[in-house]
Amino acid sequence: MTGIFILAIYIGIFVGAFFIVTKVIAKATVKDYTSLKTVTFGDESAVRPNRWAGIISILTLFFIWGMFTGSALLPKFLHAPAPYAGTTEFTYTVEANGERDDATVTVIVHPREEETDPLEVEPGDGFAKNDSIAIAQWRSGLVRVDKNDEISKKDGAEVVAINGKPIERGQKVKIDNGTVTLSDKGTPNFAPYKGWQMEPLYLPAPEVVWKRTLKVLSEGFRNFTLWEHLGYSLFRVIAGFLLGALVGIPLGYAMGLSNWFRGWFDPIVEFMRPVPPLALIPLVIIWFGIGEVGKIILLFLAALWIMAIAARSGVSGVNISKVHAAYSLGASKWQIMRYVIIPNSLPEIFTGARVAMGVCWGTVVAAELVAAEQGAGMMIMVASRFQNTDIVILGIILIGVIGFGIDMLMRMAERYLVPWKGKG
Amino acid sequence: MMTGLSIQDLSMRFELPNGGAVQALEGVSLDLKAGELMSVLGPSGCGKTTLLNIVAGFLAQTSGKLVLNGHEIHGPDAERGMVFQKGALFEWMSVRENVGFGPSMKGMPSAEKRETVDHLLDVVGLQDFKEKAVYELSGGMQQRVALARCLANDPDVILMDEPLGALDALTREKMQSLVLKLWKETGKTIILITHSVEEALLLGERLIVMAPRPGRIHKEYRLPFAELGVGADLREVKKHPDFGVKRDEILAMIWDMEEEIMGRTEDAA
Repeated sequence: MTGIFILAIYIGIFVGAFFIVTKVIAKATVKDYTSLKTVTFGDESAVRPNRWAGIISILTLFFIWGMFTGSALLPKFLHAPAPYAGTTEFTYTVEANGERDDATVTVIVHPREEETDPLEVEPGDGFAKNDSIAIAQWRSGLVRVDKNDEISKKDGAEVVAINGKPIERGQKVKIDNGTVTLSDKGTPNFAPYKGWQMEPLYLPAPEVVWKRTLKVLSEGFRNFTLWEHLGYSLFRVIAGFLLGALVGIPLGYAMGLSNWFRGWFDPIVEFMRPVPPLALIPLVIIWFGIGEVGKIILLFLAALWIMAIAARSGVSGVNISKVHAAYSLGASKWQIMRYVIIPNSLPEIFTGARVAMGVCWGTVVAAELVAAEQGAGMMIMVASRFQNTDIVILGIILIGVIGFGIDMLMRMAERYLVPWKGKG
Repeated sequence: MMTGLSIQDLSMRFELPNGGAVQALEGVSLDLKAGELMSVLGPSGCGKTTLLNIVAGFLAQTSGKLVLNGHEIHGPDAERGMVFQKGALFEWMSVRENVGFGPSMKGMPSAEKRETVDHLLDVVGLQDFKEKAVYELSGGMQQRVALARCLANDPDVILMDEPLGALDALTREKMQSLVLKLWKETGKTIILITHSVEEALLLGERLIVMAPRPGRIHKEYRLPFAELGVGADLREVKKHPDFGVKRDEILAMIWDMEEEIMGRTEDAA
């Protein structure tokens, strides 16, 4: 139900922003060449990401996040209905030996992280005595009303009404700030109003995650600072990738240049390529344990096949005219390799390296989820075990940012180092 | 010792995977004197590119002999330079580095190399583009680089495989003049393959028309137009009374060959 509501809000913002931006703001933008194209539907080159859409999209995510977590960053009126907190009460009616008596239950509904004791209440008159209970938000609690009553359930007392409304075992009565269900054994169970917000246990508010970030930054997590966790993960990726490239690129070249190498390694590479590196984790742990060696070997294997295939297709992608031209310009085999084949294959190798880095980053996080002393994956795994959802979210965001950063760095390196990519 | 290129009874036969075979060339014999400019015409499938690849040393003939300046040809060598239609420049190198590739491979001292490269880039009219990346140049300029790169190596024979085929008509005319100019200035032996009858007439002191199945020399001409065209307006050369006659004759000849191929294909079908 809440999910449908969130989706409706999301679609509403999407459509609303679309109309506002395209009909109102876009009128004022400059007319460049692309904006004058009349055929844009089907012309992919005329489709450019709308900057406004990008900004609003990100803000919307945070807006909905804040809305459904009761974030302090948003004014109160924008919040989804909050769960009830405070003191409320209801009356119950007990029937025993043909007589009826009313008593009041005072309920304190408190935030989950604040331990609160039930209020002291006057017992009142009659055989049913007043009760008091403390319940955490989003939880519910059995109210053992007959505990202090003069006639208990054992002696035939039966709750027959809540706030004057008749109730039977298994039935439910809505009252202010919650519902009361009479259990199958005849005990009232009070569930305070849950509202529409997510429980912080499942999704903390953005500012809580931010505060936790600062805290983890200053105090670290599980004996390691945040930078050490991320640094370990990055170190593993880089070490594994470099080893993979160191072996994979020459292997790919050999496969692209020699029948024997091609025949020998083709079955191995073609078989290993579709095996997801994640599937190798158990075997790697059995063989090398959960230490650094195992992780780096896993990442080495993840990068190896990708780099070998990239180098191989880099060699086979060389226009034969270039090789012929180099030979008739007097180049030796070694010179062909150095001045033609290697530079010609660099764009392919860079593409492979980008893919390999992405795969390695995903694999290292997965490997750390399984078993590690430190690392980004270990951080979110351990945090989830202790229900530190804020650290889990923080970890996911950092993993995403670093993965994106790696890809951007690789693209920049590519632009700088192989400007001739795609120009042959 | 005789100078020039001698092609003696050259045959080339490809075995096909399905058990058949293609006789790409049969009994091709030619003698080219040093400094001769020969253009090669023929319908597709007549083996002209195969012939060029054998002379360049990229393919080994099944029989016959190739002799250049007294020694037999085996494999590619800097003595036989090649200019391709396109895609043969090294886009990871600047124009200067591309032209200097051959001298670099030989280990020519850098001062001398610089001089050679500068001179050749002046000759082909690219003095202002020396430090550009080749992919920044137009198609015509790229072919100028290819010509200069080939000449920088000072080969005895230059093999051109439709070097102007990918250019537009205007650029092509300019490049034809450039080829003639370079031929005259350097005195190289040149074999030029083309699909354009006019180009073959303009750029061939000698012109051979090849016929397909098996690939062979069908007819040979000796033409005055290349000499006339050096330093002159090629459009004027085309007005020469003999030019139109020769053009029509060769066009008809190739047309007949194409017809025959089509006919044979239809018979088979």
